[in-house]
Amino acid sequence: MATNSSAEHSRRDFLYIATGAVAAAGGVAVAVPMIAQMNPDASTIAAGAPIEVNLAPVAEGQVIKVFWRGKPIYINHRTKKEIDAARAVDVAALPDPQPDTARVKQGKDQWLVLVGICTHLGCIPLAHQGSYNGFFCPCHGSVYDTSGRIRSGPAPSNLPLPPYVFLSDTQIRIG
Amino acid sequence: MSGHQTYQPRSPFMKWMERRLPIAGLVYSSFIVYPTPRNLNYWWTFGGILSFMLAAQIVTGVILAMHYTPHADMAFKSVEMIMRDVNYGWLLRYAHSNGASMFFIAVYIHMFRGMYYGSYKEPREVLWILGVILYLLMMATGFLGYTLPWGQMSFWGATVITNFFSAFPGIGESLVTLLWGGYSVGNPTLNRFYSLHYLLPFVIAGVVVLHIWALHVVGQNNPAGIEPKTDRDVVRFTPYATIKDAFFMICFSLVFAWFVFYTPNYLGHADNYIPANPAVTPTHIVPEWYYLPFYAILRAIPDKLMGVLALFGSIIILAFLPWLDTSPVRSARYRPLFRQFFWVFVIVCLGLGWLGSKPAEGGYVIASRILTIYYFAHFLIILPILGWVEKTKPLPNSIAESVLHDGVPVGASAPAPAKV
Repeated sequence: MATNSSAEHSRRDFLYIATGAVAAAGGVAVAVPMIAQMNPDASTIAAGAPIEVNLAPVAEGQVIKVFWRGKPIYINHRTKKEIDAARAVDVAALPDPQPDTARVKQGKDQWLVLVGICTHLGCIPLAHQGSYNGFFCPCHGSVYDTSGRIRSGPAPSNLPLPPYVFLSDTQIRIG
Repeated sequence: MSGHQTYQPRSPFMKWMERRLPIAGLVYSSFIVYPTPRNLNYWWTFGGILSFMLAAQIVTGVILAMHYTPHADMAFKSVEMIMRDVNYGWLLRYAHSNGASMFFIAVYIHMFRGMYYGSYKEPREVLWILGVILYLLMMATGFLGYTLPWGQMSFWGATVITNFFSAFPGIGESLVTLLWGGYSVGNPTLNRFYSLHYLLPFVIAGVVVLHIWALHVVGQNNPAGIEPKTDRDVVRFTPYATIKDAFFMICFSLVFAWFVFYTPNYLGHADNYIPANPAVTPTHIVPEWYYLPFYAILRAIPDKLMGVLALFGSIIILAFLPWLDTSPVRSARYRPLFRQFFWVFVIVCLGLGWLGSKPAEGGYVIASRILTIYYFAHFLIILPILGWVEKTKPLPNSIAESVLHDGVPVGASAPAPAKV
């Protein structure tokens, strides 16, 4: 094999490259299932189906917690005072600017539905606490207002809103 | 140093064996006649202690795995069954949980010793970096293991730590879902953490082999920080190092036993005896003590991504230590300024650890910020500049000279070292 000059492409070069290419493609093909198995399995996805919640028993000023996909969902029946507090804010001055109207369904200003997971590192904020009387995360001190918007602390963004629709005035479907 | 004795098999069987697998010769040259600097002090016994702790953790861990159930509904109960029903289960579990703490105490002493005596300097850079990798693997293993009892601290520790990865822009959320195997920390998470917690100690053992291999290529550093030159500078590994290591290992085990038998829960958190509850976060969520300095750094920074990067950066920066320290002199004994800065650095690390255990508010946050800045400044500003401006003391001509006065060891009438 030493007789081949390096400038020439020999059949052996072709074999080397072809073998390498097949091995690389095989490596990728093996890696796909190895990594994909880590994602949520079928039963976990199935258990994440939408849930329905009856709002009738939730009194004004009350916050209830339901679970959807293993995440706590806060359903906050806000008082007039809380709504006013959330609206009397200079939106542009917020760390994650978003008007309160964009965080509730139109005409359902009193119902604030949130994923109750701090956007910092995933702790559960406490309701009706903190300097804005909204939510306060005990882990690293993030403070959210009565619209669930981040006001101070290390959390980068507002408490997320789960996908939900009103089926009637007192019934919502989350998911 | 001029080539020590090689193994000469005597029995016919060992002669037969040595021609096929020279393992006896390897042990003989690595752990019997291997030359060690004659001036090693007790700070050098922690490598052996760490090997002992790794073995202890693997043995107790494999036994615990025989009784533990890695399922979100049963894990907590199975741990309580280990504590109450399994014969000596309480002892094995306390030995394993306190063993993790002792492992970290030993590794921190080992690391600070390396920093004090400049053990990371040329030609020991790779040895040091392998050590940093071992430390990272230990941290990962400790974290994974702490989730297994599935108590409140397990659950919320796992939630907070895995959420570090959600800080990465764009891919963060899908990355965290991939790590969890679900939409939140749950049974799939516990299963994979258990699998990895069982795997990583053996990865550690593999890297330990590389670490010891690299050590035996470049030789041990020593308190004088100069290389052995003649046979007068070294002693045989056995009996000198073996006995010294064994003696201090026993002293260390006394402390270990004291924790296990007298205050087994002192280093843990009472909250972890409450079963995991995804609806309630404990009010004061803190990691195990050995992560506290890094936790303080995370919380010192008021930005999520930067906080996570600073946390990882504070560990990764250790790998660059051989090039950040510009001084050609290794040992702090001959570096009067560095010696002071070293102790300030130790105090800063302890201070960060204390702050990490405090709530993230008011003065604690401000203090954490100051110490975090100092932590990075130590590596990025102080060490490079010290190497240029510091006036070091004269180094001894040899290791023997540094410990002998007219051929007699300083402060002792020990027998002359064996010629090897």
